[in-house]
Amino acid sequence: MKVGSIFRLLALVLLIALLLRPETFAGLFALFAGPRQPPIYNQGSLLELTLNHLAIVGAAILASTLVAVGLGVLVTRPIGAEFLPLSRALAQVGQTFPPVAVLAIAVPVLGFGTAPTFVALFLYGLLPIFENTLAGLTNLPPKVTDAAKGMGMTGWQRLLSVDLPLALPVILAGVRLSTVISLGTATIGSTVAARTLGEVIIAGLLSANTAFVLQGGLIVGLLAVLIHDGFSALERLVLARNGQAGAAAG
Amino acid sequence: MSVVRTAKAAGRPNWLVFDKLGVLIGVIAAAGVMLPFALFRANRIVAGEGRGLAEALPSVVSAVLIGALVIGFMGALFRVAPSVKLVAGVLALIGLAISIGWSARYLTPPEDTLARVSPAGGFWLLVLAFALLVADALIRLRPGPWLRITALVTVGVAVALLLWSGTWDDLSILREYANRAPAFWQEARAHLVLAFGSVAMAAFVGVPIGVLCHKLQAFRTVVLNGLNIVQTIPSIALFGLLIAPLAWVAANVPGAAALGISGIGTAPAMVALFAYSLLPLVSNTVVGLQAVPASAVDAAKGMGMSGSQRFFGIELPLAFPVILTGIRIVLVQNIGLATIAALIGGGGFGVFVFQGIGQTAMDLVLLGTVPTVALSFAAAVVLDALVELSSVRRRR
Repeated sequence: MKVGSIFRLLALVLLIALLLRPETFAGLFALFAGPRQPPIYNQGSLLELTLNHLAIVGAAILASTLVAVGLGVLVTRPIGAEFLPLSRALAQVGQTFPPVAVLAIAVPVLGFGTAPTFVALFLYGLLPIFENTLAGLTNLPPKVTDAAKGMGMTGWQRLLSVDLPLALPVILAGVRLSTVISLGTATIGSTVAARTLGEVIIAGLLSANTAFVLQGGLIVGLLAVLIHDGFSALERLVLARNGQAGAAAG
Repeated sequence: MSVVRTAKAAGRPNWLVFDKLGVLIGVIAAAGVMLPFALFRANRIVAGEGRGLAEALPSVVSAVLIGALVIGFMGALFRVAPSVKLVAGVLALIGLAISIGWSARYLTPPEDTLARVSPAGGFWLLVLAFALLVADALIRLRPGPWLRITALVTVGVAVALLLWSGTWDDLSILREYANRAPAFWQEARAHLVLAFGSVAMAAFVGVPIGVLCHKLQAFRTVVLNGLNIVQTIPSIALFGLLIAPLAWVAANVPGAAALGISGIGTAPAMVALFAYSLLPLVSNTVVGLQAVPASAVDAAKGMGMSGSQRFFGIELPLAFPVILTGIRIVLVQNIGLATIAALIGGGGFGVFVFQGIGQTAMDLVLLGTVPTVALSFAAAVVLDALVELSSVRRRR
């Protein structure tokens, strides 16, 4: 684990340096650019694109978390139980839609830019969070739920102070999965003119400049690794606080 | 999966109680009837004008369609047996499928080759509502794997019949198809080669790597961490990054170019899809092998089976359903991802999607999207059924 954390720290330093002082790496990226090509992305600020990228992903994941956890809670209550099998099947079918297709279909309705990307990321984020919410809420230890019932807690009290906190680590794992997938998928949003890091990659593809492609890909990859680790740490923290440390895995 | 049976309220028969999901389906269907059914455009680029159910069809046909929709509506709303719901939903869907083609023929002025008629929001909402009904009925009926495959084939045959009979010929998406039929089949072949070829390659490489990872702990950590990092690279970047090395290989390795390896086109797309497929395959192989019960391995040892006999006779067959699940995941994923290959000249249905985005021609986008979605849906259904078949055999 020690070597791992040094590696993460290096990744963070590299990311910050790449965003604040990209010209430091000009020599390195020049190896991948053509003789007359700029080694560092020059059609906009990398930092601004990165922040925009993170904002779109963050907003979409927040929305999908609210909706997916809400639905997961609803279909595990008696009132929504009739919807459980169908909603599970729907979430799975939704996943067979390629992201490009979702983007392309959303464009005529929402216009070019951020909106269709947001919709695609939102829809894509739903399944992992929904599945994990279901898994978390249906695999609660029966001893604990029985004890809560025996104490005379109402449905709402059980949900808010027993069920959800216990399911939180599993739900967080779903949010982590969705976020990492969305970080990559958001780059495709630039094919419909969303301001994300995909712009850098596509500029590289269009001008056959590998240095651009590498920069865009590297920043997205670093973001994904760091955010993945951040969520994992949060999951461990919640597990430890819940006293579920023994159950910690992956 | 406890379907809550609401108590018979006030002595009404059980079927007269409203179905909660049915109410939702009813609301969606009602909205669908209100919204325009078909969209008429003077040519493929201009904004369209919606036509409601009554004006989009000859009055007799719209009356028949409304009849079919009412049957579907009743099937959704009341607590009848799932098989009745299924029949009602299928009837409504068939009515919708035939009438949208009819509407296109009816709305297109004779001899007008530029006008386009496409399904509008109302049609899609109606399809969504009754597809929900059919899906819910199917789930409650719990069909076995063979029945699911049969249902899929039946739907495929029905769609093929509709296409062959020319019912849909006047719809805008088929007008786009008619303009570029040879290109469509060429890209279809490219798409299939990319998706299935990369998964086949990944299965040949990934499963042995998974087996090695299962045997060697140190190797497992390194390989799984490495593959995890590959997964974080965005797909368009990975496609782009492979252009340079493959162009170098094509230029410097004798015979490589003759094999069709080049910087742009199929080769980098294939390698990228292959790289994305490895992680799910390797990790599912490891998980599957680890889940083999120790008692089974011990029993095999007790019977005097050699190491390789145990592996091929016991461990691998027991892990097979999990490995197959990995193949299902990557196949569905790669059918979708292959659309992006078009960005680097790799072909596939993505060609139409990106051309359509570029020309803001929605019909062209749909020409690329619909087959992709249909393909990944069919792949998911078939492989899910295969996974179930292989695990049923295991349990016996």
